[in-house]
Amino acid sequence: MNGIVGASGLILNEPLLWEKGSKGRRGMSMVAAEVPSAPVDADLCGEGPDFPDLSEIDVVRHYTRLSQWNFGVDSGMYPLGSCTMKYNPKLNDRLAATPEIACVHPMLEDACCQGVLRIMFELQEFLAAITGLDAVSLQPSAGAQGELAGMLIFAAWFQSRGERRTRILIPDTAHGTNPASAALCGFTPVPLKSGADGRLAVETVAAAMDGETAGIMLTNPNTLGIFESNIGAIAAVVHAGGGLVYGDGANMNAIMGIADARKCGIDVMHLNLHKTFSTPHGGGGPGAGPVCVVKALESFLPAPRVVKDEGGYRLAAGGPESIGRLHAFHGNFSVLVRAWSYIRSMGPEDLRQASRLAVLNANYLKARLKGTLHLPYDQPSLHECVFSDLLQHGDGVTTLDIAKRLIDYGYHPPTIYFPLVVPGAIMIEPTETECRDDLDQFVAALKAVVQEARDNPELLRQAPVRTKLRRLDETRAARHPCLRG
Amino acid sequence: MRYLPHTPEEIREMLAVIGRPDLDELFTSIPAGCRCDGAIGVPAAMTEWQLGDLMGDIAATMTVGPDHCMLVGAGRYHHYIPEIVRSLAGRSEFLTSYTPYQPEMAQGTLQGIFEYQTLTARLLGLDVANASLYDGASALAEGLLMGLRIVKRSRRVAVSTAVHPHYREVVKSYLRPTGYEIIDLPCGADGRTDLSLLQGVDGLAAVALQSPNFFGVVEDLKRVAEPVHDAGALLVAAFTEPLAYGLYRNPGQGGADIACGEGQSLGLPVSFGGAALGMFACRGEFVRSLPGRLVGETVDLEGRRGFVLTLSTREQHIRREKATSNICSNQGLCALTTAIYMASLGGSGLRQLARLNYDLSEYLKAGLVGAGAELVFSGPTFNEFVLRFGGDFAAVRRRLQERGIVAGIDLGGSYPQLAGCWLFCVTEKATKKDLDTVISEVRP
Amino acid sequence: MKDLSELDFPETVRYTEDHEWAAVDGETVRIGVSDYAQDQLGDIVYVEMPEIGDIFEKGDEFGTLESVKAVSEIYMPVGGEVVAVNEALVDTPELINQDPYGAWIVEIRVTDVGEYDELMSAEDYLEMLRG
Repeated sequence: MNGIVGASGLILNEPLLWEKGSKGRRGMSMVAAEVPSAPVDADLCGEGPDFPDLSEIDVVRHYTRLSQWNFGVDSGMYPLGSCTMKYNPKLNDRLAATPEIACVHPMLEDACCQGVLRIMFELQEFLAAITGLDAVSLQPSAGAQGELAGMLIFAAWFQSRGERRTRILIPDTAHGTNPASAALCGFTPVPLKSGADGRLAVETVAAAMDGETAGIMLTNPNTLGIFESNIGAIAAVVHAGGGLVYGDGANMNAIMGIADARKCGIDVMHLNLHKTFSTPHGGGGPGAGPVCVVKALESFLPAPRVVKDEGGYRLAAGGPESIGRLHAFHGNFSVLVRAWSYIRSMGPEDLRQASRLAVLNANYLKARLKGTLHLPYDQPSLHECVFSDLLQHGDGVTTLDIAKRLIDYGYHPPTIYFPLVVPGAIMIEPTETECRDDLDQFVAALKAVVQEARDNPELLRQAPVRTKLRRLDETRAARHPCLRG
Repeated sequence: MRYLPHTPEEIREMLAVIGRPDLDELFTSIPAGCRCDGAIGVPAAMTEWQLGDLMGDIAATMTVGPDHCMLVGAGRYHHYIPEIVRSLAGRSEFLTSYTPYQPEMAQGTLQGIFEYQTLTARLLGLDVANASLYDGASALAEGLLMGLRIVKRSRRVAVSTAVHPHYREVVKSYLRPTGYEIIDLPCGADGRTDLSLLQGVDGLAAVALQSPNFFGVVEDLKRVAEPVHDAGALLVAAFTEPLAYGLYRNPGQGGADIACGEGQSLGLPVSFGGAALGMFACRGEFVRSLPGRLVGETVDLEGRRGFVLTLSTREQHIRREKATSNICSNQGLCALTTAIYMASLGGSGLRQLARLNYDLSEYLKAGLVGAGAELVFSGPTFNEFVLRFGGDFAAVRRRLQERGIVAGIDLGGSYPQLAGCWLFCVTEKATKKDLDTVISEVRP
Repeated sequence: MKDLSELDFPETVRYTEDHEWAAVDGETVRIGVSDYAQDQLGDIVYVEMPEIGDIFEKGDEFGTLESVKAVSEIYMPVGGEVVAVNEALVDTPELINQDPYGAWIVEIRVTDVGEYDELMSAEDYLEMLRG
C-alpha cells in the first residue's frame, strides 16, 4: 500500500471518563462566593450527580486522544453519498464565534439584536434567491425537521381549505426520512416505483394521484444522483389533482444556479445547510434545515421570521395560518451564521461553479470506476454516482467488505446499501472540494481493493486492520444493550 | 476561489476523460423549463478580509455585548465556559466528521457520545439517555409523543402553563395534525402547577411539568408523581436549566418517567438560542420507544471494548413511517461539548456551582424585595424568580442597561395576566457589585 | 443466506405465505417463524411479543422480529386469544436462529380450528419458496 494515505500512526489508549480522575480534582475555575449562603428547602434537595472529578489536563488528554480516533473531512476524503461532505471553511467558525454575536440572548428586544437579525434576514433572502422560491423560515434544526415543517405546511394548507387528504406519494429513490416525516403529520406514505432509467415516470404519478392525495415528496436530483427530468410534468399532474409538491433539497449541491425549484413546479423545499452550504457536520449535528415556499404558502411558514421595514429588522409573529414554532428560539443560529458566511464568500458565480465542479468530480469518478465496479443505472448523473458489488459476487466479497478495506487505505467509505433500489449499493459523492489528484488516488485505492478481492478476498473480509479497533459486534450491542456506564 | 481546487487545465482534462466538451454539457438531463434565468441573486463574493470587516461592522451594531451583565434567563443562560471546552470541542476531527456510520473510524465521536449519554442519565437520575435531540422544546414534544406511544389507547396529554411558553408552542406545532388533545394546567399562588383539572380525565398519556419551571419555581415532582401514575399516565419532566440538579433533586429522584430539556447552560454559548441541545432520558423499560440515536458498548473482533450506534430498528431509515420519530441526526457536537463541560466541572464542581448560582440569585431576590419589590410566586426557586414593582420598572431597566446591566424580561408578552411582572435570572457571571447596583437603582 | 436445500421444513407444522409456522395441539396452537424466515433476517436481536389475553384475527400483525438493520412483522396464521408468550425469547432471541421450530413465539387458543387446516403443508410451502 505504498503511497496510499492510510497509515497507522501512534494510537493511544484512553479509558472512559469515570475510569479516571480522583474525588476533589477540578478542571474548572470556581468563582469565590461574594454573598452569604442562603437557606434552602432541604426537602427538595438532592445529592447531585455521580460525575467523576478530573483535572484540566485529564480532560484535555482525554478528548485529544478521542479526537485522534476520529476521521473528518479535515483528515481526508469523505465521499459519503447523499451527505455532501465538502470542506468546512475555518472562517465560518470564527465568524460564528464573534463575541458580540455568540453572546446575544434570544429574549431581548429587537433593537438590541439588529446585527443578528440582519444576518438572518439576509440568509432568508439568499436561500430564496438560490431556490427560486419566495419565502424562507430558518427555524428547522436539521433536514428531517425541515421535512416535518414541509409536511405540517401541507397539513395546514389542506385544513385551511377544508379538505381532508391523507396520502403522500413517495418514490423509492427518495431520502429515508421522508415516510417518517409524512407519517408524523398523519399522512400515509404511498411508495412509487421509479423506472428502469432511475427516474420517476409521469404515468406512475398520474395513476397514483387522486382526491385523497395531498401531494408528492420528490428528492431531486434523486438518491441515484439522477435529475428527475419529468419533474415539470409530474408537478403539473399533482397540481391538477389539487395536490402540492415537496422538493427534498438535500441534493441542492448539484444544481445551485442551474435548476430553479419554482420552475420545476416545487411548492415547498427544505435545504440542508450542513450539506450544500458547508457547515460542519459535527459527528451528527448541529445542522440546519431551512424550509422555503412559494408565495401562496408563505403565511403557513413557522414563525417568527425576520422582516425588514423602516424601523430596521424585527421578528414578526406568525398569523393564524402559521404552523407555529418548531424550535424554542430561531433554530441553530450559529449554523446559520456559517452558511451566511459561506454564501457571502462564494458569491453568485462560485456557488454555481461549486455545483458544476461537484458534478464534474462525480462524473469523473464514474468514468474512471466504470468497469471496476458495476454501474446499475448508466444514465447521465449529477453530483453522485451509485455502483454495486455485483462484479465482486464471484470473489465472495460484499459491499461491506469493500467499504471496510477502503478504511485501511485512508478513506471514509462511500454510503453503502443505500439507495435500497440498488442491492449492495456503493454511493459515492466526492463534492467539489476534492482536487483531481485526490480523486485519482481514491480511484487507485478502490481499484487496488477490487484487485485484492480477486487475489486475496480474506484481506477484505478481515478489514479494517489498521484502525484502533477492528470490526465491531453490532449484534451483541443490539441483543444486550449497554447504553451507559 | 480558495475552496475550489480545480485549475482550468484539470477541468479540461477531466472533461476529456468523461467525454464531454464543457461543464455545461454535464447538465443535459435538466430540461430547459427547469433552468435558472441568469445569475443567482446574492451579493458578489467577498475576500476573507472583507468579510471579517463586514462582521466587525455587524457586531458594532449590537447594543448589548459580551461585557454586559445579563440578568436574563428564560431558557438560555449565561455561564462561564472554560477555555478547554471551546478548544477541545473545536478539534476538527470532531467538528468535520459525519454521523458515526463506520464505527472503526469514529470511535472518538462514539465514545464521546457514550460518555455524554452516561453523564446525562446520571444528571437526570434516569436509566438511559439518548444521543440528544434538536433542543429542549422539540425534546418535550418528542417526550409527549413517546408517552402517547407507550400508554395504550391514550389520546391526551397535559402540559403545565409554567412550562416555557415557546416549548408549549412547539408541542402544539408537533401535535396539531395528530388529533391528540393538549390540556393546559394552571399554576397556583406558589408558582407550582395545579393538577386538580386532571380529576376524571381519561385517555391521559402524560403530564408534563418543567422544574425549575419558567418562573424559576421548583416543582415538587415527588408529590405530583403519585397522582399522575395513579391516572395511568407518565410523568414527563422538562427543564431549561439542568444546573439546578446540582442542588435540587433531579427528575428521576422526583419520580419522572421521561426527562427532556435544554442542555445549553452546560457549556454552550447563548448564541441567539442556537445551536441548542435537546437532552432526553427515560426509565430503562421504555428504551425501545426512545426517539433519536443511541450509542452502545460492544467489542471488536479481538474482544476489545468499542462503541457503535445501536437499536437502530426504532429509527426512520429502517422502520420508515412506523419509526419512533423522523429524527435523523442528533446535535452531536453540542452533546460532546456539554460532556466536556460536565467532565471539567465534575460532581463536586457541579454542586458548588449550583450552590453559588442559588446564593447569588437569592441575594438579588432578597435585596429587591427589601427595596420594595413584590415576589409574585411564593415557591422556592433556582436562579430565576418573578417580581412586581410599584414604580415604572421599565425606566429603571433602561437606566441599568446604560450602565451595562440587562435586568430581567417583561412577562406580559407571554402571560397577559403577568403584565408588569419581571423575570430575573442570576448566574455566577453576575458580581455582587452588579447586583447591588440593581438593588440601589430600584430602591425608592 | 443458505440454499433452500440446506433449510429445514418439518412436516409436523403448517406454514403461511408470510413464513410463519403453526402447530396445533388440541384447542391451542403454537406459532413461530420458519427456518427460511430466520435465515433471511439473520441474527435476531429482539422479539416484540403481544400480551397474554390479546385477541387477534387471522392475518393480524402480532409482533415483530428485529435484526441489527431490519424489522420484520409477524402475522397470525389463525385467529385466537394469546394464552402464552415464550419468555425465553426476551433474553435469548437467538433461539429463533438456533432452533426456529423449537422457539415458538406465542401460544393461542384458536377461534376456528378450520383456519388451521387451510394453512400450507411443508410440501406446498417449499413449492412456494421455489417460486
